[in-house]
Amino acid sequence: MTELAYTEPKPKVIAGAKRDWELVIGMEVHAQIASNSKLFSGASTHFGAEPNSNVSLVDAAMPGMLPVVNEFCVEQAVRTGLGLKAQINLMSRFDRKNYFYPDLPQGYQISQLYHPIVGEGEILVDMEPGIARKVRVERIHIEQDAGKSVHDMDPEMSFVDLNRTGIALMEIVSRPDIRGPEEAAEYVRKLRQILRYLGTCDGNMQEGSLRADVNVSVCEPGAYERFRETGDFSHLGTRCEIKNMNSMRFIQQAIDYEARRQIAIIEDGSTVDQETRLYDPNKGETRSMRSKEEAHDYRYFPCPDLLPLTIEQAWVDEIKAGLPELPDEKKARFVTSYGMTEYDAGVLTAEVASANYFEQVAKGRDGKVAANWVINELFGRLNKEGVSVKDSPISADQLGGIIDLIAKGDISGKIAKDLFEIVWTEGGDPAEIVDARGMKQVTDMGAIEAAVDAVIAANPDKVAAVQEKPSMAGWFVGQVMKETGGKANPKAVNEMIQKKLGIV
Amino acid sequence: MSIDKDTARRVAHLARIEVAEEALEPLAASLSKILDFMEELNEVDIDGVEPMTSVTPMELKRRVDEVTDGNIQDKILANAPDAREGFFAVPKVVE
Repeated sequence: MTELAYTEPKPKVIAGAKRDWELVIGMEVHAQIASNSKLFSGASTHFGAEPNSNVSLVDAAMPGMLPVVNEFCVEQAVRTGLGLKAQINLMSRFDRKNYFYPDLPQGYQISQLYHPIVGEGEILVDMEPGIARKVRVERIHIEQDAGKSVHDMDPEMSFVDLNRTGIALMEIVSRPDIRGPEEAAEYVRKLRQILRYLGTCDGNMQEGSLRADVNVSVCEPGAYERFRETGDFSHLGTRCEIKNMNSMRFIQQAIDYEARRQIAIIEDGSTVDQETRLYDPNKGETRSMRSKEEAHDYRYFPCPDLLPLTIEQAWVDEIKAGLPELPDEKKARFVTSYGMTEYDAGVLTAEVASANYFEQVAKGRDGKVAANWVINELFGRLNKEGVSVKDSPISADQLGGIIDLIAKGDISGKIAKDLFEIVWTEGGDPAEIVDARGMKQVTDMGAIEAAVDAVIAANPDKVAAVQEKPSMAGWFVGQVMKETGGKANPKAVNEMIQKKLGIV
Repeated sequence: MSIDKDTARRVAHLARIEVAEEALEPLAASLSKILDFMEELNEVDIDGVEPMTSVTPMELKRRVDEVTDGNIQDKILANAPDAREGFFAVPKVVE
């Protein structure tokens, strides 16, 4: 695999009243595993169903019900681990995390505290071309999602829906390697991209398929480097955990607010309390979640209902062999084999569907031209209309057909844009449209010469002027193009005019 | 290891078990006894011994990823003290 060279971004520095401060951020991302049924029951995971309809007696924690693990969820977690270049643990175990909440009927969440299925991995967080940071992943474990409480349907009551209860989650835990709010958002963006490439999580943040808990602390410049050298957390400040963020924008805002809040406390001579906080996007501030404090005593113990999860190396190898090309590799390949910029490669590889579309267009054609058309014309138009590349009204083959017509000299770049418009709205084969509507570029030199002669004859004053100022030749080209309805080959017109006016 | 009255109260609360004030002291004593017994077991040298997770050589059973259950809203809600519009209705809990 080819890797692009990059340098690390500078950590974000916030100027306090007394000194400069740096941020240290760690993330715990909860990603719903893409599967048909739940982690330990055969109920559906489909989003948006009638309340309490995707619930089995296992999910409702009826007495005597026993969990049976969904093999595909395990496979998805392994696939994710491999995608993050992580160590896969052939033996992992399930533990119970005990707490009471109305949307957790079991009274405990089945999770993996002591022996997670995935160990150390890494995520390359791209900030801009040439600048990226390798963020270490500490672990990934499998656990159950909780149900959902609705608080606004009744003034006295909360309404509980258990449809989400027991859906498989991956908790992906990073090391505190993230150094600013933008990096944190980019970390989530990159992780989401990798999960979507792998097909292990749909990454739909609005529907809550991907949520992040963000650990934020501040320290004096230099302290973080001492932490990295020694592994000693005492070099870092006290952290606060901001729970349940499901928007990149809010993640950035919450971190920025939280860091400034902590700086103000420390500079005031006080100390930061380690606690769980919630971000309120309406007020733009974080606030303490006191109720969670006592619940921190989770009294974990191995789940007696489940034997250790042992998987075979051969199975892991098989999953590894089936991994798709991942974003970093794809981007590097686009840069090296199509000669495009890292920025363009980043745009084209953001989604698998975009990358596949581009490669279909580029097949047997000039990669840079194809990239230009896909990014500027197609993506520009798709964005404007709010359409995804999968639903593009112009297929890759149609767009390729337009590019072929330019390459052959049948149409000019300008006419090609009109043609793009026609294919977008009406569909059809680009070559046939060009024939049927007489859009073909005039390459008949006789016709071009006639048009050039006509323009020259009609404008003797300009002909005189162009002798003084040869750059005025462009005006003649414009006039001839107008004469021919934009269909003349501009290169041929230009050459003809220069020859006729004797300004070569 | 001994459990005092406050720890007993706290553990009972975390488990949502109601224990009368006068029952806490005896409860703490019997919990301590259980832990003392565990400590005796800790004296056994188990270095190099794999944890036994099952008395018979069994492996964790796995299922294939198919929807085989659900769509029993009425059964799920049958025991609920209060249910409205397909939801469990509980006293308000807000963060």
